[in-house]
Amino acid sequence: MSINLIALISAMLVIATPLVWAAVGELVIEKTGILNLGIEGTMVAGAFVGFVVADLTGSPWIGLLAAVGAGVLAGLLMGLLTVTLGQNQHVSGLGITLLLIALCEFTFRVRYGGERPRLAQKFHPLLDGAGILEQHWMTYVAFLVLAPATWWVLRSTGTGYRLHAVGESFDAAEVAGIPVNTTRYLALVVGSAMMAVGGSFLTLSVLGTYTLDIINGRGWVCIALVIFGTWRVWRVVAGALLFAVTDALQLQLAITDLFSGVPRELMLALPYLVVIAALAIWGRSVHYPSQYLKAYRRG
Amino acid sequence: MPEALLELDAITKRFGDLVANEGISLQVAPGEVLAMLGENGAGKSTLMKVIYGLLRPDSGRLVMDGQELDIGSPRDAMRAGIGMVTQEFSLVETMTVAENVALSAVGWGRVDARATQTRVLAAMERIGVHIEPARLVSSLSIGERQRVEIIKALFHDCRVLILDEPTAVLTPQDIRALFTTVERLRAEGLGVLFVSHKLKEVAEISDRVVVLRRGKLVAERRTSQVGPEELASLMMGVAQAPLVDTEAAAALGMPRTRPTTNAVHRSSGPPVLEVAGLVVPREGRDVVDGMDLTVHRGEILGIAGISGNGQTELVEALCGTRSPRAGSLRVDGVDITTADVADRLGAGLGRLTEDRRGSCVAQLSVEQNLVLEDLDDYTRRGSLDRRAVRTHALAMIEQFEIRAEPTTPVGTLSGGNIQKVLLARALHRRPRILLAAQPTRGLDIGTYRYVHQRLEELRDEGAGVLLVSEDLDELRTLADRIVVVLRGQIVGELPASEATNERLGALMTGQDAA
Repeated sequence: MSINLIALISAMLVIATPLVWAAVGELVIEKTGILNLGIEGTMVAGAFVGFVVADLTGSPWIGLLAAVGAGVLAGLLMGLLTVTLGQNQHVSGLGITLLLIALCEFTFRVRYGGERPRLAQKFHPLLDGAGILEQHWMTYVAFLVLAPATWWVLRSTGTGYRLHAVGESFDAAEVAGIPVNTTRYLALVVGSAMMAVGGSFLTLSVLGTYTLDIINGRGWVCIALVIFGTWRVWRVVAGALLFAVTDALQLQLAITDLFSGVPRELMLALPYLVVIAALAIWGRSVHYPSQYLKAYRRG
Repeated sequence: MPEALLELDAITKRFGDLVANEGISLQVAPGEVLAMLGENGAGKSTLMKVIYGLLRPDSGRLVMDGQELDIGSPRDAMRAGIGMVTQEFSLVETMTVAENVALSAVGWGRVDARATQTRVLAAMERIGVHIEPARLVSSLSIGERQRVEIIKALFHDCRVLILDEPTAVLTPQDIRALFTTVERLRAEGLGVLFVSHKLKEVAEISDRVVVLRRGKLVAERRTSQVGPEELASLMMGVAQAPLVDTEAAAALGMPRTRPTTNAVHRSSGPPVLEVAGLVVPREGRDVVDGMDLTVHRGEILGIAGISGNGQTELVEALCGTRSPRAGSLRVDGVDITTADVADRLGAGLGRLTEDRRGSCVAQLSVEQNLVLEDLDDYTRRGSLDRRAVRTHALAMIEQFEIRAEPTTPVGTLSGGNIQKVLLARALHRRPRILLAAQPTRGLDIGTYRYVHQRLEELRDEGAGVLLVSEDLDELRTLADRIVVVLRGQIVGELPASEATNERLGALMTGQDAA
């Protein structure tokens, strides 16, 4: 049995979509020197809130809007802890992730008990029957709008200059009249909204349902992708595609008998191993934003 | 005097009980260079931050062109026509020259890169310099970075330019270029406020001079009508004392008043530190690239060079905190190339490193820091002998004039007192060779002189001293011989008696192959 190339590429794009949304969001935030480990929880919250609201209202669009709102709130919470209160970024981010995952799980169990609810209305792929081009609109937006637009904003606009300056030198930013903390909040809000949209892609577009382990470590993959991509959009997208193609391949191989002797668990781990290997090879001598993990106090 | 451009009216700024600026009033006129003199801690930097909107004054007014200003941020200051070049540059190293210059002017939307570049080039032309706008700031020399800062200020059409200790980090050549720039701007009618503690420069560049002492403005003079002795005594607050003292003169950047007597009869005892063919890599690059050095007993060997030419890594390799790739190190004939830090200390190597705060533990007390390197000597049956530690600390505090209690956390001390703690710790071990890297950087004149005295005593007792400094006046006063490093190699050696700032500067920038 051979590998179906069209199916492989199609699956790669679907798998990469939430990664691109969330990793680009993380990149925007990290540009200002904040490591947002709340990413995993924020993606879960986006998936869950998007699902619940779409379920309640019957509209995936309203669900999406609610997911964005959840992302904004998660970003504001991260901002309150790390920017306003100057708390440790690792602890704050992990705390937010644990909080959001637990909150979603709790609410899900209370509301749905043991059911497997399905959305009456979910997003459907565009261009039905167009082969590789038959994709969800969020996939199109991720690759054709979000990534290029973020690249352009970071490179050629005052916003990009400001984010870069804040992440590299509080002093230079302050002297240039750039409000460090406001800029960081802005990045957190926008970036976290992107993460939440990435999470909601899985419930609103792909599955039309919610499961407890829906994100399943994708947020952590995005953290690695941003470092692997050395804070450059196109490299982050390339990393997401690398992960996705490995994952898609592993899924296809599972239904062939090519590697029937290989343990299934090893195959499942393959994309993660690839990311780790890629990090080890290309992510070694990277320049982190100089103000990484630091809180800013005006002196 | 023409109408004032910028006027400060009774500016007062307090930090808790400390009054950093007390009722300071002054004016800067167009086409005038006003120098502000003051020792470290006199309140100059605070005043500059107030003018530039980085600090809010507790009372007082800022007036520009007769209009009272409300300056809450540097952006407000820039909008009002005030530009400032801070002591520590405020540049983003990972951005290009053009991006850095544009940074303070950009909004949230698209930046017109071409228009920016044109404006940057125009500002450069105005002061007669050229730096490729597309270069990354991290690739620029210190002098070039300062020029970028000036261009940043001119980009905003500033009419008053504040230069805060602009020469502290520059080579003599860069200082000349800076002065040319300042003169050009003065001729264009800009008001320049030149903050410094170097009398020589103030005398050369300024029209008028004001003196700050302990937060107060204590004098205002026409530069042409005041001598260096008077200014020095105003700064230090002592009655008209003629500057017979070489140390103070050097600290103030004045020519030495007596030649050093050391160099002649002292030069060669036996070698105490021998460095041969040293190569030290950092991030894959050989930043020390084949150095040979010998320091003799009873000698201070000075190392001159623009920062970033391998001095830091040389000292780290000697201390044992960075591994060399090749070469050998010997202290008193004993090979220490592969020895660990403790063994090096045991061999008689003492150190006073560049990073003072990194050389002590801020949260630990003075007494704990003092014994940190000799814990074994103070351990009795496995636990620390607190009484012995206390006795030792009290002795050191008295002997080294440290203004602190044994139990004061080191992190709360002033830079000068921290340096004295480190000096006490290093000298107490009676090192045969002392590495002193930037031993007086940022210290007030009192401590500056004190550190110099101690280093000279150590030399007179027959130890060797390796003095790494960016302060050429310090090197010329203190060292017996001076070697110049450039790109990790030694490019010249001069006896102190023949070392002028100009010759050293030429060697440091590679314009002379002496």
